[in-house]
Amino acid sequence: MSEMIMREAIKKALEESLENDPNVLIMGEDIGEYGGAYAVTDGLLKKFGSNRIKDTPISEATFIGAGIGAAAAGLRPVVELMSISFSLVGFDQIVNMAGNLRYMSGGQISVPMVIRAPTGAGVQLGATHSQSFETWLAEVPGIYCVCPSNPKDALGLLRTSIKNNNPVIFAEPALLYGSKGEVPEDYYEIPLGSANIVKEGNDITIMSYGAGMSIIEEVNQKLEESNISAEILDLRSLNPIDYKTIEESIKKTNKLVAIDTSRKNGGIMAELVSTIQEKFLDWLDGPIIRIGAEDVPWPYNKDLENAAYPSSNKVIEKIYKQLLN
Amino acid sequence: MATLKEEKNKKNIKNQKSSLEKTEMLDLYRQMFLIRQFELACAENYTKGNVRGFLHLYIGQEATAVGSISCLNNKDYIVTHYRDHGHALARGLDVNRTMAELFGKKTGLSKGKGGSMHLFDSARKFMGGHAIVGAQFPLAAGLALACQYKETGGIVVCFFGDGSTNQGTYHETLNLASIWKLPILFILENNKYGMGSSIDKVRAGGEDFYTGVSTYDIPASQVNGMDVLAVKEATKLAVDKIRKEGGPSYLECKTFRFVGHSLADGQKYRKSEEVKFWERQDPIEKFPKWLISAGIINQKELDEINQKVKEEIQNSVDFATSSENPEKSELNEDIYEMQD
Ligand SMILES: Cc1ncc(C[n+]2csc(CCOP(=O)(O)OP(=O)(O)O)c2C)c(N)n1
Ligand SMILES: [Mg+2]
Repeated sequence: MSEMIMREAIKKALEESLENDPNVLIMGEDIGEYGGAYAVTDGLLKKFGSNRIKDTPISEATFIGAGIGAAAAGLRPVVELMSISFSLVGFDQIVNMAGNLRYMSGGQISVPMVIRAPTGAGVQLGATHSQSFETWLAEVPGIYCVCPSNPKDALGLLRTSIKNNNPVIFAEPALLYGSKGEVPEDYYEIPLGSANIVKEGNDITIMSYGAGMSIIEEVNQKLEESNISAEILDLRSLNPIDYKTIEESIKKTNKLVAIDTSRKNGGIMAELVSTIQEKFLDWLDGPIIRIGAEDVPWPYNKDLENAAYPSSNKVIEKIYKQLLN
Repeated sequence: MATLKEEKNKKNIKNQKSSLEKTEMLDLYRQMFLIRQFELACAENYTKGNVRGFLHLYIGQEATAVGSISCLNNKDYIVTHYRDHGHALARGLDVNRTMAELFGKKTGLSKGKGGSMHLFDSARKFMGGHAIVGAQFPLAAGLALACQYKETGGIVVCFFGDGSTNQGTYHETLNLASIWKLPILFILENNKYGMGSSIDKVRAGGEDFYTGVSTYDIPASQVNGMDVLAVKEATKLAVDKIRKEGGPSYLECKTFRFVGHSLADGQKYRKSEEVKFWERQDPIEKFPKWLISAGIINQKELDEINQKVKEEIQNSVDFATSSENPEKSELNEDIYEMQD
């Protein structure tokens, strides 16, 4: 094991892929000379040259689309967006092209590409820059969608994503780029669609993904103080969703809390919760608690942003009111 | 070698200089100095943690906003991008409320909900601060359509950066403005970089943008964006033409930001010599020097202006500091306009 921060783990996966597969190339705004808006690709231009580390103009629709075209012709592009909010500029390309090409062509065309993008609120960037569109993109058939919460998962998931022959949205919680974690020395991969039981427990299952896992950590500390044993589940993958792992956990604890740091209305947890009720209602002792961000545009002011963001206090309060009373 | 166009520009400037009233010239200077001081105060308060999020400063580009916006009247709309403090102040947005917005306070322009990148004041037809690169172009087209449709006599000024010209919305809006003859003045602030990308790396067609605009049948010219009087003159020509004949125009201002893209930028992508070269053309230094040497103003008058502006900025920081945060209930306000 060695300690690594999230940013380094992502970079490691990129570097390995560039070394091992000549068809891998990276494109995005200011990823070369500037080193990337969040410094993930810092140094890669020097090492791999401008043929493989391609700075793009500010033209998201076009360079996402160009990534799709390059993938259709046999390359493995990794496209970086400065923010998942900017995916909106290229949404048609992502949904209609990356998502639909294979199906519309009756399986003739493959799009082996990864779109990496920082996601999430929490640093007062205001309404246009704080959104979490992985929850929208997770709905699109034909595209996979993952979001790691720690360096180990980031490395393992990005390795698999780049090798996958389908388009993968790789959402990176912007709040976590500097967060540390243990990473195995030996090579490993993490399959898409596999959730992770971060901690086993018997009384209650709490699940989230990405930045939501930090909230769960706080919640868990408070529950432990009251001798409540929580099972902590990190989805890691929003499409496909690992219902098997969720099922096993629910069968053990019979109680479920779902936390989402994106807006609650129409978020990924809305989908999960309704599917879980369809499939596993008999195993549940009470209502599934769902907590997400408030259904408002993200405010700039810190107090308001905090109020919009799901806090561990809000989660605890709901758990006691609705599940443990 | 100066091009013919530049020579002609210079002549115009000379005439302009003599025809402008002293008070007008002093006001141009005062506004530029105000913006500079405002930005310095923002930087200081960013370091202190009072201003958060992404902060993009306008330092170096003051002459562009001040010169151009001085040609507008209260029927005219302005839209711009996230580097918006200069445009806001030149438009006369309240300094206290603008600073308070950056502090995220209830007394801010948007009650602290918008922040630095999203400044708005609809009473002054200042329609934002837009933080998605290229987002303001279609908005400008729509505002101009309304001016045209309602025959208000107003026009729209759309500010944007060199980097944003690579978005589809730029080209699509130029085309639409041309075929619909929309009253828009497109003002490009060509500061040679979009974040860390110099234009020679990300733009086909050389370092001049205005030449490419003929494709869209839009009259276009270029001006030294470090010269406030030149910007004013060039804007006035364009604005007069739009008001008289309708249809869009395009003005490219050659300018430079003396500081990083945002406060998180180490500026590895450019040499300090280049920054120094442009700093020597600092309008905040050069313009008052010229005012003094031309006998329009003396040092004492200049000092008085500077002193007053510094007090105004200090007051705005005090105002922002002592203002309250918005109430929690504000979180759910302003999402929809309520109707019976
Ligand atoms: C759609 C979109 N892509 C990328 C960004 C990130 N970004 C913000 S400003 C900027 C550079 C813009 O440069 P330019 O238009 O020249 O304006 P300047 O900053 O020089 O004033 C970039 C890439 C964004 N905000 N929106
Ligand atoms: Mg620029």
